[in-house]
Amino acid sequence: MYELRKVEKKFPGVHALKTVDFKIGRGEIVGLVGENGAGKSTLMKVIFGAYQPDDGAITIDGKTVRFQNPRQAMEHGIGMVFQEQSLITNLTVMENIFLGYEQQFVKMGVINWKAMASAARMQLQKVKLDIDPATVTSKLSFAQRQLVELAKVLTLEERIDGDLVILLDEPTSVLSKEEVELLFKLVRELRSRASFIFVSHRLDEVIDLSDRIYVMKDGAVVDVVETDNADVDAIQHKMVGREVNKEYYREQRQKPYQADKTLVKADGLGVPPRYSGLSFELHPGEVLCLVGTEGSGREAILRTIFGLETPTAGTLAIKGEQIRRFSAQAGVAHGVGYVPRERKIEGIVGGLNVYENMTLSQMGNYSRSGVLRIGEEKKLARDWISKLAIKTPSEHKDCGGLSGGNQQKVVLAKWRSGGSDIMLLDHPTRGLDIGAKEDVYEMIRDMSEAGVGIVLVADTLEEAIGLSHTIIVLKDGEVQKRFDCTPGSKPSLYDLVHYMI
Amino acid sequence: MRSYLTRDALVKWAPVIVLIVLVLFFALMEPRFFSVRNFARIGISSAPALMIALGVTFIIIMGSIDLSMEGTVSVCAVAFAFAFIAMGGTLASYAWLALPLALVVGAAVGLINGLVHVKLRIPSFMASLAMGFVGTGFALLLTGGDRIRVEDELFRSLLTVRFLNFPIMVYVALGFLLIAWFIQSRTTLGRNFYAVGGGEELAHSSGLNVNRVRLMGFTLAGMFYAVGALLAVGRIGIAETATGNNFMFVSITSVVVGGTALWGGIGGVWNTLVGVLIVNVINNGMVVIGLPGYVQDGVLGILVIIAVVLSTDRKSVTFVK
Repeated sequence: MYELRKVEKKFPGVHALKTVDFKIGRGEIVGLVGENGAGKSTLMKVIFGAYQPDDGAITIDGKTVRFQNPRQAMEHGIGMVFQEQSLITNLTVMENIFLGYEQQFVKMGVINWKAMASAARMQLQKVKLDIDPATVTSKLSFAQRQLVELAKVLTLEERIDGDLVILLDEPTSVLSKEEVELLFKLVRELRSRASFIFVSHRLDEVIDLSDRIYVMKDGAVVDVVETDNADVDAIQHKMVGREVNKEYYREQRQKPYQADKTLVKADGLGVPPRYSGLSFELHPGEVLCLVGTEGSGREAILRTIFGLETPTAGTLAIKGEQIRRFSAQAGVAHGVGYVPRERKIEGIVGGLNVYENMTLSQMGNYSRSGVLRIGEEKKLARDWISKLAIKTPSEHKDCGGLSGGNQQKVVLAKWRSGGSDIMLLDHPTRGLDIGAKEDVYEMIRDMSEAGVGIVLVADTLEEAIGLSHTIIVLKDGEVQKRFDCTPGSKPSLYDLVHYMI
Repeated sequence: MRSYLTRDALVKWAPVIVLIVLVLFFALMEPRFFSVRNFARIGISSAPALMIALGVTFIIIMGSIDLSMEGTVSVCAVAFAFAFIAMGGTLASYAWLALPLALVVGAAVGLINGLVHVKLRIPSFMASLAMGFVGTGFALLLTGGDRIRVEDELFRSLLTVRFLNFPIMVYVALGFLLIAWFIQSRTTLGRNFYAVGGGEELAHSSGLNVNRVRLMGFTLAGMFYAVGALLAVGRIGIAETATGNNFMFVSITSVVVGGTALWGGIGGVWNTLVGVLIVNVINNGMVVIGLPGYVQDGVLGILVIIAVVLSTDRKSVTFVK
């Protein structure tokens, strides 16, 4: 009944959806899987009306429809249960359920709370949630909130004629095993009321719940698998199957690291519940890659090494010195540099110019009793602008006006010029175009050659494999497997995916 | 050819243009406005306000706000006057020590202000507003509501002695403006203010001790308030609880009208100078052309709104709280 035909979506520089056909019948549960960046979320956004397709048609029961916004999609029976929960936590459950649709309970400008409560109770029954609708949402557990969210979407049932299609975006990622089972049982029972599109990283769950599975890769649907004869391995192959280009990742420049020296040594390190029992060593010239899905603890590990998180278990030694007080200042003093994921938020300070950003972490080196030596700062900036070929009219340019790749270079220059020899890179190539990416790869090799130890969270698996000396695969905060990535004997994508999900 | 009339350039120079237009407007309305004598008058009324506005400029660049200036100024003024009279009552004696003492008192109040904000994790506007009331109350407690006269001629020479037609206090204020400029552009502290205001998270993850920067910012602001208090006492020769009155509105208005962004990271002491001059030119000019006082407040209020509208790229802000 709900169908997408040859849907196209393009963004500047990205062909996000390539002639996607998608179909869901009444009461069906359809799975949707793919790697990060395969186009799943774009497809979902097209389905629930947040994006408009550039080409192709959306039909419901054979009639072509076009949604300008999610609200119009809802009026046609398409609801979304968000991964990042969309409930407003300081409102009550019933206020959340009827948010934006309070009018039905209003008489002469006053809300009839009793009527709203009883209507809400009816919705909550659908998802078998026995709570007082006047409870403030923040008091609920995560699983309960998810059910409230589902109940909110199910109000569409009364509001519209026709069938419901409900999108579940990673609904199980933060649920316990029992909660997942309860949710699945519920979804199966609700088939009489709605069809579901189930998006998840966990293939076993997708196979368990859905009738059919759409596998996406690079913006296209590469296969539709009937679950009766689906198996995890085959789907994984379809999700990743790509050739790795050695040239692209500068593999010929990968040299053995100095195994006799240790920069960072973690022993049983843990910040529960994000990760635990982590042990590794980082050597000069080594690129250590942390691989895992979203929420596998990669970012928390970087933050711990830098000093932004204090571990509750295990020990961390940097250059042979046991770290006791975890703070960003201590991290910087130990020569750790951190290039976080969101450059806009944590990478560069907009409003400060290029040289000011570069010396931000090392102003002590460029000042005497608090007075800055600006001449030297500018000289440093000019040096690094030419060294990294940063495209900026001058060192006086506001960093906020530089392109993403050049901002990234400024951040790297900031740490490298300050003498950091342990670099933590979180998605350093995210959002960069190919040329800028290659520049970053080149810089990573340069740093390795200079004896810098790098802990990398890569944007894609290919990038991780191509760049690293060592890969640690994490799942739910636990180390699953360690790979040695000497050129010539690098693990395949499939090897990694196998341990990730 | 490149156009120099971009929005950015307009926003950058708007305060100066406004100042020039205002001066021309009042000069046309009333030729007496455009006289050295009147400019000196504007200078006298601007000097204390400039000191206080400079103090709060640093705080606003950090992305915080300080509303404690009225209380701090009163406490500093009263403490100075008591100490000054107790130690001899003239700058020629040891009573000159009351000047640095006032700065220490200002710094202490500012530090307490900062500690309440940082250590108790209270939003700066609330912490400083409360501290301002505490300060006003404390000043009243000290004076019992009395006015303390400071009649030392040497001290009053701030106002009475003129150099090139402008009294000494105007030059003192310009001296402190240069000090503030030095702090802003040449010291790590000044750079840190911009870093914290431009991206607190980033400043933190670059290894900056953000809390320490905040404490030092509030302390520094307190010292500038103390200088403002001294100039205010020098101007009228009286220290009392009411010495601090009106400085909150005037100083914050000046900073904003001068083009320093309320969310931090943008602006500086020269903006504040222009802002203070705009506010005082309006006040003075309206008196000179004979408009009643309440019109002045209304005009200033509208000016603040225009300044914020001009300095905000409101397309990038979805919701305003």
